[in-house]
Amino acid sequence: MIEKALSGSRKYYAWLAFLLAVIGFGVFAYIRQFNGGLSLTGMSRDVSWGLYISQFTFIVGTAVSGVMIASLCYLRDKKQYLGVVLLGEFLSVAAILVAILFIFVDLGQPTRVLNVMLHPSPQSIMFWDMVTLGGFLVLNIFLGWVKLSAEKKGQEAPSYIKPLTIISVLMVVVIHMVAVGLHMATTFIYPGLSSAEYLFSGAMAIRFVATAFASGAALLILVCMVVAASAQFKVSDKVIQLLAKTSCIAMIIGVIFYILQVNIAFTNDMTSHQASLLNLFVGSGGQSGIAPFMWVAIALAALGILLLLVPGLRRNKNILLMAAIMIVLACWLDKGLASSLGEFMPNSFGQITDYAVPINEIAVICGVYAIGLLVVSVLYKVVFAVVKAPCADSSECIGEQRKDV
Amino acid sequence: MISRRDFLHTSLAIGCTGLGCVALSGCSTLSASIQTGQEKDNTAMSAGRFGLVVDVEKYKKSASFSLIASVCHKAHNIPRIPDDKQAIQWIREADYKACFSEAERQHVGIPSLDVKLPVMCNHCETPACVTVCPTQATFKRPDGIVEMDYHRCIGCRFCMAACPYDARSFNFVDPKPYIDQVTPNYPTRTDGVVEKCNFCVERLTQGLEPLCVEASGGSILFGDLDDPTSEVSQAIVSGTVLTRSEELGVEPGVKYLFREGHNND
Repeated sequence: MIEKALSGSRKYYAWLAFLLAVIGFGVFAYIRQFNGGLSLTGMSRDVSWGLYISQFTFIVGTAVSGVMIASLCYLRDKKQYLGVVLLGEFLSVAAILVAILFIFVDLGQPTRVLNVMLHPSPQSIMFWDMVTLGGFLVLNIFLGWVKLSAEKKGQEAPSYIKPLTIISVLMVVVIHMVAVGLHMATTFIYPGLSSAEYLFSGAMAIRFVATAFASGAALLILVCMVVAASAQFKVSDKVIQLLAKTSCIAMIIGVIFYILQVNIAFTNDMTSHQASLLNLFVGSGGQSGIAPFMWVAIALAALGILLLLVPGLRRNKNILLMAAIMIVLACWLDKGLASSLGEFMPNSFGQITDYAVPINEIAVICGVYAIGLLVVSVLYKVVFAVVKAPCADSSECIGEQRKDV
Repeated sequence: MISRRDFLHTSLAIGCTGLGCVALSGCSTLSASIQTGQEKDNTAMSAGRFGLVVDVEKYKKSASFSLIASVCHKAHNIPRIPDDKQAIQWIREADYKACFSEAERQHVGIPSLDVKLPVMCNHCETPACVTVCPTQATFKRPDGIVEMDYHRCIGCRFCMAACPYDARSFNFVDPKPYIDQVTPNYPTRTDGVVEKCNFCVERLTQGLEPLCVEASGGSILFGDLDDPTSEVSQAIVSGTVLTRSEELGVEPGVKYLFREGHNND
């Protein structure tokens, strides 16, 4: 089936060429980093994890949440939701690959990466991260491919797809738990934390998962709308509206728990957490360039929720597109940009260290995302070529299906 | 004496046990290397749990941090990285107020004190860095010292994120060009690995105290925290003791002693 990815329009090839150019640029930057060490990044002794790891936390949650919603729909109605579940599954394949690559480029000694398997350490959350992400990647490639093969032959998908899909949904829950654990290792592993700290980390865990679902659903909406426009691949409007509602509810929960977190930090007089939040939203000593981004994130989140909340607004395709972009962007600013700084600043001595991102680090990030886009483009090309009628009722679909994509 | 070779044996044994294969031979290697270590050398220091006590009053009066840091840095081939943000620090000094919370300072009856205290790896009883390490490159020895295998570390820096004391440094560049003069007794590191204070394990095997203790003019004490007759245990009961971020429950092995009858500055 993969051969279907090799024949396409001029536009398709131009898109691939562009992605390959960006990847080449990223690889060049990574080789520089490999030879020169991580000094080519903006990280330091105090900001020991930077944008690479925050991209990882953003993309993992986002990728697995979208496919979970699509899988649950698919379990209800295999015909109607085939299109969206395939989009979700292959999106998650590309995204998990991106996530793993972000861990890889972050390593100081990448050639020793297999030490994680040579010396497995079950007490380390990172070990479980590797196991669950690897497993989820393989499972989704398999699930997507089996469904596509069956569709190509005009057959029903084999019966074992159903239990495997349920396993995939359960794995998303596990991945979220592991991701939360990884994200908050610094708070969870200390035996003597006070109850306020536990409350704080509990609020943070829920916020973390909620925003993952918000951005995951919103991203899947974006993907569905983009493929509807560019490849004229039909996705049921019902599922789009369901995704919009999920994203909205999840985002509201996320925002509520953010407010709770701020409340816990200030009412319990947790000075270190207050300092982190102040550093993000106000900027300490005129050093923080991140504060404006945080306020933009708040504005985007508020507006995005409003647009998704009103049924009349979210049924308008253009407004829905805008709202989905806002939600994804707000979550990215929160997790992909701010989380790395919020967690390390200030350090245990109350000092603030700047994290200025050099161009080399940005180039590597662009390269990794381009690899993900390349993978998802190729996989989607196959999907568009194989799946002819994902919708039961064409009036419910976005876009018109074209025979020759 | 536990030589480098024996140490590698031990690491290998831990690796084998972790792998779950050839578990028995792995264990026998471990016990064998510990036994030979004991037989070879009677002068090596041993303890149930090594710990370090900084006598704050005495340290303020008589110790020189620059001397302490220079002997430590020289012996352990610690590079002089020009960019301070990415520098390697096994030991650094921090303000008394930055080390302890207000409540802790009230507890010892000294709200403020004009002294910079030496801070280093706390060799915790429940070390967070050991828990999170995905390759067991950081591990806790039976004598309580949290030690590192620089050749196994993949440089993920999870330990740095987990350490509540910012005691760990990462080699952002190849450190070798920044070492003034290489001390051959201790390995140099490559770029991309984490490192930290090791309580001078290489000296303990020769029966010598850590260098910071030796260079402190008697203001830093070292010994077995589990042995009530040891110098450190005696010192602890002679005054009030603080450890950094006690509330986390990781039980640091570096303690700061405030003798009784101390008057506020």
